[in-house]
Amino acid sequence: MRYLPKSDSERAEMLTALGVASLEDLVKHLPAEVRLNRPLNLAPGISEYEIVDYFKARGAEGAAGYASLLGAGVYNHFRPVMCDTVVTRGEFLTSYTPYQAEMAQGTLTTIFEFQTMICQLTGMEVANASMYDGSSAAPEAAMMAARITGRDRILAARSVHPEYREVLRTYALHQGLPVAEFGYDARSGQVDMDDLRAKIDGDTAAVVIQSPNFFGIIEQVEELAELAHRHGALLVFLFTEAVSLGLLAPPRAADIVAGELQSFAIPPSYGGPYAGVIATKEKFIRQIPGRLVGETKDSEGRRAFCLTLATREQHIRREKATSNICTNQALIALMAAVYMAVYGKQGLRELAEQNLAKTHYLAAKLPRRFTGPFFNEFAAVAGPKGVAAINDELLGRKIVGGLDLGRHYPELAGSMLLCATEMVKRETLDAVAEVWG
Amino acid sequence: MSTYPENFRYTKEHEWVSVGGETSRIGITDHAQKELGDIVYVDLPKVGAALSPGAAFGSVESVKAVSDIYAPVSGEVLAVNEALAATPETLNSDAHGDGWLVEVRLANAGELGGLMTAAQYEAYLGGAAH
Amino acid sequence: MIRKTRSHININEQLLFEMSSPGKKAYQLPPLDVPAVDAAAALGGGGTRESIEDFPEVSEVEVIRHYTRLSTWNYAIDLGMFPLGSCTMKYNPRINEVVARTEGLAWAHPYQPDALSQGAMEVMAHLESALAEITGMDAVTLQPAAGAHGEMTGILLIRAALEKRGDARKKILVPDSAHGTNPATAAMAGYGVANLKSNSLGMVDVATLEQEMTGEIAGLMITNPNTVGVFEENIARICEVVHAKGGLVYMDGANMNALVGVARPGDFGIDVMHLNLHKTFSTPHGGGGPGSGAVACKAELAPHLPGPRLARVDGAWRWNYDLPESIGRVRAFYGNFGVLVRALAYILAHGGNGLTNATLDAILNANYIRKLLQPFYDLPYQSPSMHEVVFSDDRQAKNGVRTGDIAKRLIDYGFHPYTVSFPLIVHGALMIEPTETESKPEIDLFVDAMISIAGEIETNPALVTGAPYLTRTTRVDEVTAARKPVVRWRRPA
Repeated sequence: MRYLPKSDSERAEMLTALGVASLEDLVKHLPAEVRLNRPLNLAPGISEYEIVDYFKARGAEGAAGYASLLGAGVYNHFRPVMCDTVVTRGEFLTSYTPYQAEMAQGTLTTIFEFQTMICQLTGMEVANASMYDGSSAAPEAAMMAARITGRDRILAARSVHPEYREVLRTYALHQGLPVAEFGYDARSGQVDMDDLRAKIDGDTAAVVIQSPNFFGIIEQVEELAELAHRHGALLVFLFTEAVSLGLLAPPRAADIVAGELQSFAIPPSYGGPYAGVIATKEKFIRQIPGRLVGETKDSEGRRAFCLTLATREQHIRREKATSNICTNQALIALMAAVYMAVYGKQGLRELAEQNLAKTHYLAAKLPRRFTGPFFNEFAAVAGPKGVAAINDELLGRKIVGGLDLGRHYPELAGSMLLCATEMVKRETLDAVAEVWG
Repeated sequence: MSTYPENFRYTKEHEWVSVGGETSRIGITDHAQKELGDIVYVDLPKVGAALSPGAAFGSVESVKAVSDIYAPVSGEVLAVNEALAATPETLNSDAHGDGWLVEVRLANAGELGGLMTAAQYEAYLGGAAH
Repeated sequence: MIRKTRSHININEQLLFEMSSPGKKAYQLPPLDVPAVDAAAALGGGGTRESIEDFPEVSEVEVIRHYTRLSTWNYAIDLGMFPLGSCTMKYNPRINEVVARTEGLAWAHPYQPDALSQGAMEVMAHLESALAEITGMDAVTLQPAAGAHGEMTGILLIRAALEKRGDARKKILVPDSAHGTNPATAAMAGYGVANLKSNSLGMVDVATLEQEMTGEIAGLMITNPNTVGVFEENIARICEVVHAKGGLVYMDGANMNALVGVARPGDFGIDVMHLNLHKTFSTPHGGGGPGSGAVACKAELAPHLPGPRLARVDGAWRWNYDLPESIGRVRAFYGNFGVLVRALAYILAHGGNGLTNATLDAILNANYIRKLLQPFYDLPYQSPSMHEVVFSDDRQAKNGVRTGDIAKRLIDYGFHPYTVSFPLIVHGALMIEPTETESKPEIDLFVDAMISIAGEIETNPALVTGAPYLTRTTRVDEVTAARKPVVRWRRPA
């Protein structure tokens, strides 16, 4: 096996040092009834050449070469070459969680910069080193709000990504945190403030919203925050399209911001790995889950970084920890950090403006389902042709169409969610309008 | 600081409680702060909280450990040492003085009889296999 | 004597924010092929921002130098042995990085039609069946994002199965040698934690278990081999005891790399377990993630697995969402697919025999280190070692040197430290896991380093307690970092 770096004679030398005759002798103390007495029923090992071949064949069974209008929490943005150049460096790729600060200053520095850039983007004061993804950051943010407020009710907008809400329910159920939902305005697509007003009360720990929401509509964050705060609840602001923050006002009025960074150079990769993040106000820092990197000095007084506030975490506080989360998504967060560095202050704005322009170009040609302001995604009414027929026709033109909204919202059957990032060319947008007829 | 004040009573969990005044202060002992090492954070109850003997009412943290603090006696919290939020290191430098944690009104002064005197505590430390 | 390292120029570097200057760029967008839109008009004046205050403005050359310079401040598997016990730092084959970037896979959108996702689904189905064979289990979900996430999924499966039997129970038994994630996970799943004391061999004691395993215990979370690197030789009996009292057994699969091809948890009575694909199956740790925490379980628990599930219908894969008994989703979409591709590539490269050989080499390496270091360090548990060995610092502590100091001195010798102060049942633990990746010369260097440090402790303990000396950053002040947390850069006033 090419990954095992020993010659037979080296193995023999080591076995001799141990005073045993064979490798098998090293496991002969295992009780006979638990031993596997046959080879694993897996195909024999194959060469690099064959491995490439296998995955090329699997890739060819996919949508390579198609244009795509899918968004819905996962966005097709261009990935600057720099991002992979950095993350494939072995010193980042093959290092471990930076517990040993003296030999991990590289990773620690990149995380510190990452935390800073997330604060700058979101308008929050502190951010963690990343979470698994946006969907698991959402319940962690809600649980954090429950710890801070000492309350247990979670109110989530129906315009939050449906799969995020499913994850929220899974987590909350066993934490004894009842989750209730409030609706969206059928005309604007924004949160139905009347419904929220009717449901919020003195037991509400968190009001959870997403902006741009699942329909691509931008919510009125300040108004929502004011309502939440009036009842002593926290506003948890979720985002799935990080590029929107290049243009949209940062959600400063929110108490906790949790989001997904997939848009920042992270390939769609059929759903993961992505990177989530949680950012919040300084006063809540001890309730934030996950890793945090802090600035300090070394014994000679030079700037250095290390993991900090570890007593919040599972390896110390065990069952009383803020979460069982262990790892962050360091390498993926690094991709996102490089992306933010490459685009920078001007680039992220320009990129967001291109997304806005492409999507508004398409939206002007199609019947929109909602009237609220939108960024790079919107719901379109399919009309008499129907969602399935339009998408089939688009597939015939090598275009993956929009997400059928009826899948998660029965009342929105007949509408689809379309997203036009900077990757979609004008010809594609014109083709979509043409197919719509 | 190696002597244990005579006007304190001590627990096996290394808390102290001052006696003789209208109200009592509670803290952790010099021995406890040494065992913990550099203290970085102190979590204290709110004013008005009720303490019950043996129940945890807060915690102290070092970089890599968290220790609960147990109430030596029952009582109502009248004040907490707010200064520790900014300077937790006071617990290391002056555990029996400025490093006090909470001030309480004792609910049952009789409970003090069940605690150790300074001499008993020092003997306990001498014998404890820590 | 330090043989592995010598000093080398290392370049200083500012933070991105400190090297920024207005107007510097590392990007160029193509010209917009549609009319521009006035953002303030489209989004409402209050809806947009002026600029992202203090966000970086750097050139392309600076970006590449910045990250390259920072990378040289790290240690990595690519530079040498990384003997972190329990963490399983093995070689990350580069072919895995290449295939994970296959266009039709890396650019697959999770909502693209099933008909255009057959390749991705086939990869997942293939990996599920390989993991079922390796663990001896009936069903596998690839949805959990990491080990701890898999643990939560597994404990929720236990809860669901017991609820279906009509008795969800209240607590999970966790041995005192367990990873911290175990009790934290039980709490997240709404269970209380009951601690189970290990016996003098570092194993679960069957008699103690029989006492503790009451009607309120939902199950046992066990790590096998356990965190002292010892195979729980009574494991079959342990599972019987838990089952007889109506509980289920969860296995923390963090140490599965000691068992692949040697023994299967499904065969010795485990009901559900997770696998850290980033440990046993070589996917890169990446400085702390991404991982993947696949969960394998027996048929009784399978109906409760998170959805959607892969289903084979009319010769094609599709996602089945109709799962009335499922615990629900633990994350959006289907899992860390890119990590799954890498894990499958690792399995394909080895094949069944190759995987077994890797396991045996890992065990050989750990035992070799144990044998050579035993004269110099105390070994608190004498039971045979599997893939890792745990020493204590008792002998060195007499000279005032603790495990954390030895770890820092090891850095000067060119090695990443072992796992420090874990498991908690060993006072001053040094937990060493070499994995199969290490060659004999590298291991011999490591052993030499450890022996040399043991000697330094005898003659000059202050040398060890002041280490490291040869790193660009000397010992870091973690106390100040925790007392006055500074977790972001701010422009100096």
